[in-house]
Amino acid sequence: MLRKLLIGTALGSGLAFAAHAQDVKEVEMLHWWTSGGEAAALNVLKEDLAKQGFAWKDVPVAGGGGDAAMTALKAMVAAGNYPTASQMLGYTVLDYAEAGVMGDLTETAVKEGWDKSVPAALQKFSVYDGKWVAAPVNVHSVNWLWINKAVMDKIGGTEPKTFDDFVALLDKAKAAGVIPLALGGQNWQEATMFDSVVLSTGGPEFYKKAFNDLDEEQLKSDTMKKSFDNLAKLVTYVDPNFSGRDWNLATAMVIKGDALVQVMGDWAKGEFNAAKKTPGTDFLCYRFPGTDGSVVYNSDMFGMFDVPDDRKAAQAALATATLSKSFQSAFNVVKGSVPARTDVPDTDFDACGKKGIADLKAANEGGTLFGSLAQGYGAPPAVANAYKDVVSKFVHGQIKTSDEAVTQLVSAIEDAK
Amino acid sequence: MSTVAETNIKPTPERGARPGASMRSRLQDALPKIVLAPSFAITVVFVYGFILWTVYLSFTNSKTFPSYAITGSRAYQRLWRWTFESDPPSSWYTSITNMGIFGFLYIFICLALGLFLAILLDQKIRGEGMLRPIYLYPMALSFIVTGVAWKWFLDPGLGLEQTLHQWGWTSFHFDWIKNKDFVIYTVVIAGVWQASGFIMAMFLAGLRGIDGEIMKAAQIDGATTFQLYRRIVIPLLRPVFLSAFIVLAHLAIKSYDLVVALTSGGPGGSAWLPSNFMYEYTFKRNEMAVGSASAVIMLMTITAIIVPYLYSELREKPR
Repeated sequence: MLRKLLIGTALGSGLAFAAHAQDVKEVEMLHWWTSGGEAAALNVLKEDLAKQGFAWKDVPVAGGGGDAAMTALKAMVAAGNYPTASQMLGYTVLDYAEAGVMGDLTETAVKEGWDKSVPAALQKFSVYDGKWVAAPVNVHSVNWLWINKAVMDKIGGTEPKTFDDFVALLDKAKAAGVIPLALGGQNWQEATMFDSVVLSTGGPEFYKKAFNDLDEEQLKSDTMKKSFDNLAKLVTYVDPNFSGRDWNLATAMVIKGDALVQVMGDWAKGEFNAAKKTPGTDFLCYRFPGTDGSVVYNSDMFGMFDVPDDRKAAQAALATATLSKSFQSAFNVVKGSVPARTDVPDTDFDACGKKGIADLKAANEGGTLFGSLAQGYGAPPAVANAYKDVVSKFVHGQIKTSDEAVTQLVSAIEDAK
Repeated sequence: MSTVAETNIKPTPERGARPGASMRSRLQDALPKIVLAPSFAITVVFVYGFILWTVYLSFTNSKTFPSYAITGSRAYQRLWRWTFESDPPSSWYTSITNMGIFGFLYIFICLALGLFLAILLDQKIRGEGMLRPIYLYPMALSFIVTGVAWKWFLDPGLGLEQTLHQWGWTSFHFDWIKNKDFVIYTVVIAGVWQASGFIMAMFLAGLRGIDGEIMKAAQIDGATTFQLYRRIVIPLLRPVFLSAFIVLAHLAIKSYDLVVALTSGGPGGSAWLPSNFMYEYTFKRNEMAVGSASAVIMLMTITAIIVPYLYSELREKPR
């Protein structure tokens, strides 16, 4: 159809024929997956596209959370030089869509049946105004415990089912002279752990109202106070040097057996894999106690920009390849996350991955799949960062009581809205 | 061919001698201006133009992208409110108090230490040529390298404290970098380590420029060494103090990278400086208006300090 149209226009003008008949067989991709495992995972996609004859123009901008990449993207878009696609997170996609620079993938989405296979909670971020503007690559979930099995066996611990169990387990580790809880004292890590604590303390309904709907009644409720108290309890189990530590160093403490457990998203599994550890024998993955059945997620997406017509075919191919079952499986096995569509077979995944896939499916069907506020999927960045400030100030003692923390949380979120 | 060229060229000096020469001399007069024009234009647009643009943005409600409708001074009102939120400290309150602590200590210690080292090195000691670069080299490092090196050195589980514990001094305790109340002082330590050698070199150059006759005269008059420095040398170094102050002041204000590399913001954001605040709000939190407003306030603060100082120092020169 499109081709016919193009040829029609081309016949009108010989010059246009030269320019249009040949599609640009290249995708330009901005991303921050520059570390070894991530780059290898992305290579899978690169090869997929190479088989179809599309060249890959890499625009890597290093820097973990993608801050540098987002600054680069802002500059590219402001200059009118849109990449074919860019790795993006949650609200960023919507911001750019609102600014009217995103492309339209609806045609591809309909053909591939994304409406049915991609969880509805994710579509909130990949669909804007009825149009598909981004292709989700994976789903990370945040409410996990990562436990060193040797230490667990030594202290005779079992899977904690409730928050009190968890505290008892940490006590056991402390008595055995191991650091009970490995935590990196950076605001996003503390807030990521607090996401799980809130879900565990208040339950799924409470989490949704407080952290996705930002309902003030819930934010200042006693349950939220209790959540802060529970967080304070957990923080008593960290080592004195936790402040400022990077998340992967905290994971390394668990890998080496210096610490029993880390509360972290499933990207931590990548570190275990890199250290050649096997789930079940070397380490254990449990859902954060009291959050089984719910998934607090964040997701990497490839935002698709409104590129010139001669690049649209390459863009569609990229989008199709990104959400193809083979890529979803191959990529997420390496990355530690789970596929962004619920119909991908879990045969290649390890035990934790299989559990992750099953949990995602169940949570999607049961309506307990929630965006992580700490990871920017619960509310826009201004609110999410205000939240991280409050949690971090509470952990480090600038905010002294849970009463004060709740008051601060309400006013900070109100201020940032 | 050549004849044609000659006949063509010849008349010009005769008929147009004056215009040609004046053309040339006019061109020569204008040459510095022409050469400077591009950099002048670039400065006007990219420094002063963008200052104005930032001021403009601070009165809009720009979020992720700039928006151009003026909506009032909400950004300033929020900053003003945050200025007085000290318990628990707002990020802005932390940033500006840290700027005060860091700016004062960094400039003062660097000047004092730099002057002291320069005076010591100026005592005609042996091996000065070797000692001088040792003090100067830290300046060759970027803030990122300084920050990371000091981060490891000051980390209680990794650096100084750990090492001394291993050597047997187990009661030694130094965890400032992990302490919300002291973390800003570790930034001062790292910053001073980096810049004081450079300031020393500036003072050393100043000391070498002082006329030896004055010193001798003072010594003949019976001045002690202390009096000599207190009454004669240090007053003569006044222009060096000015240059050093300007260099240090701008280093202090832009030391965003040192804070990030050394503390990654500190426990609960307790090591933030206004530059961290500005970057965080503009680029991470998508509150461009607030970020711009904080940048404007930073600029005004600097202007309020530097301009009177420059004025008082430079005014005396023509006399």
